[in-house]
Amino acid sequence: MTPASLEQTRAAIKGIAREEWGRVLASLVGQLRDLALAEDVLQDAVVAALGHWPRDGVPAQPRAWLLQTARRKAIDRLRRDANFQAKRAELAVLHELDRQAGQDDLDESIADERLRLIFTCCHPALAEAARVALTLRTLGGLATEEIARAFLVPEATMAQRLTRAKRKIKAAGIPYEVPEPDLWAERLGSVLSVIYLIFNEGYAATSGEAPTRGELCREAIRLGRILAQLVPEEPEAAGLLALMLLHDSRRVARSDAQGNLITLEQQDRARWDQGLIAAGARLLESALAQGSPGPYQIQAAISAIHAQAPSATATDWRQITLLYGELYALQPSPVVRLNAAVALSFAEGAEAALPTLAELERQGALASYQPFHAAHADTLRRAGRKTAAAKAYRQTLALTRNAAERRFLEGRLGDMLG
Amino acid sequence: MKYMCLIYGDEAKHPQPGTPEMGQLMQDYMAFTKDIQEKSVMVAGDPLQPVATATTVRVRGGKTDTTDGPFAETKEQLGGYYILECKDLDEAIAYAARIPTAASGSIEVRPIMVFD
Repeated sequence: MTPASLEQTRAAIKGIAREEWGRVLASLVGQLRDLALAEDVLQDAVVAALGHWPRDGVPAQPRAWLLQTARRKAIDRLRRDANFQAKRAELAVLHELDRQAGQDDLDESIADERLRLIFTCCHPALAEAARVALTLRTLGGLATEEIARAFLVPEATMAQRLTRAKRKIKAAGIPYEVPEPDLWAERLGSVLSVIYLIFNEGYAATSGEAPTRGELCREAIRLGRILAQLVPEEPEAAGLLALMLLHDSRRVARSDAQGNLITLEQQDRARWDQGLIAAGARLLESALAQGSPGPYQIQAAISAIHAQAPSATATDWRQITLLYGELYALQPSPVVRLNAAVALSFAEGAEAALPTLAELERQGALASYQPFHAAHADTLRRAGRKTAAAKAYRQTLALTRNAAERRFLEGRLGDMLG
Repeated sequence: MKYMCLIYGDEAKHPQPGTPEMGQLMQDYMAFTKDIQEKSVMVAGDPLQPVATATTVRVRGGKTDTTDGPFAETKEQLGGYYILECKDLDEAIAYAARIPTAASGSIEVRPIMVFD
């Protein structure tokens, strides 16, 4: 094999490993009941694949191969373990599984194992940052170094965060189980919010040069798709997936060639991805048909109105204002109120929204929330109140780290002073 | 696994002895305790005297230093505990949520360390 084709084969193997990582890991955790051990032996199996597959070819069932190899690595490790006697029961189970290998490795039980693992990774007993990292690592198959890069923290910090989370899972007895009905709503909410956080980190990119980091968006959508398949009876899971697809349809239109941010009203709608819009709208429709609307479905409905409007001015802002009202009834937060005010400013004119924005400013809950000041500044600008707008743009700039967005805001501030 | 549920509440807002609120709270605790005893979940559990009765002891350089009061002044004070035998954290959380003080104070759930 030439070095170039070897490199290609290796890249292909890494692709397969990443695609299968979440499934195989979930299955191993189900058998070993130990996340750290499962991760170690799966890593060993991937290393083995990198050695064997370029020589022997990729097996017909790469998932089954990885699972069986990882299981044998687990047997080896447990045998070497100082606590060999204590691990006898686990070893017996593993040997039995190894004998029957190939049968249960491909069937539906893996789906259930993955659902359990999602609930473990998103358990509210873990810190939010740890939930996000753990979900990307264990279910998304991202390397620690990739997660660190995406969240702009040193790799050592991310590695420590993951290690601590895994230690807590073990020490505190966080279960590998689908939660009981009385905990279900809280726990599903936590899973949905972790996936949406991952998406938003990619979409909004609060810091760094490029305004979007597509990798995280793609990963969140992949996780959202897995979840929606695992819990088809939960319309909020489908609602979240629809919301992410609809947002993602605008991703490439959100910045220009220089990386400057383009606001929704100024985006070139021809660059919106019609395939994603159609897919999102279809998903949303079937979710809403289940007759149990929730925050993600409502937000997806708002996003769908934007996505299907021929132009910014031809957007049905009245409908959007109504939907924000519904969302506020479910989630009475200042951020939702801010969004409702912005929608109203387009439905009835910038003046109409200024009293609500002034009240939000007085209440102070959004004082350090950059999008509040950005929206306030923009509404004041549209209402022709240059002096107040300039002040609001300065407040916005003081809170803006993203380089592309800073350039945009500085331009607007200049217009107000000119 | 064994979990310790540390029961924290604001002593200043605690119902006074002899009031109907205190009677209700006692009944709720008795009912909860009876239930977890019958299910063999309870390993131990006791209420504590108020923090006014607390004494903190430190030994520094071989010298014992005894002071009045709790280890730390906090808004909510440790008022009692249960030790529960549960299969996992979710089961412990479900029981902790049923401790009557959970509705007004907070319950800290800590796994008890096992040496193996």
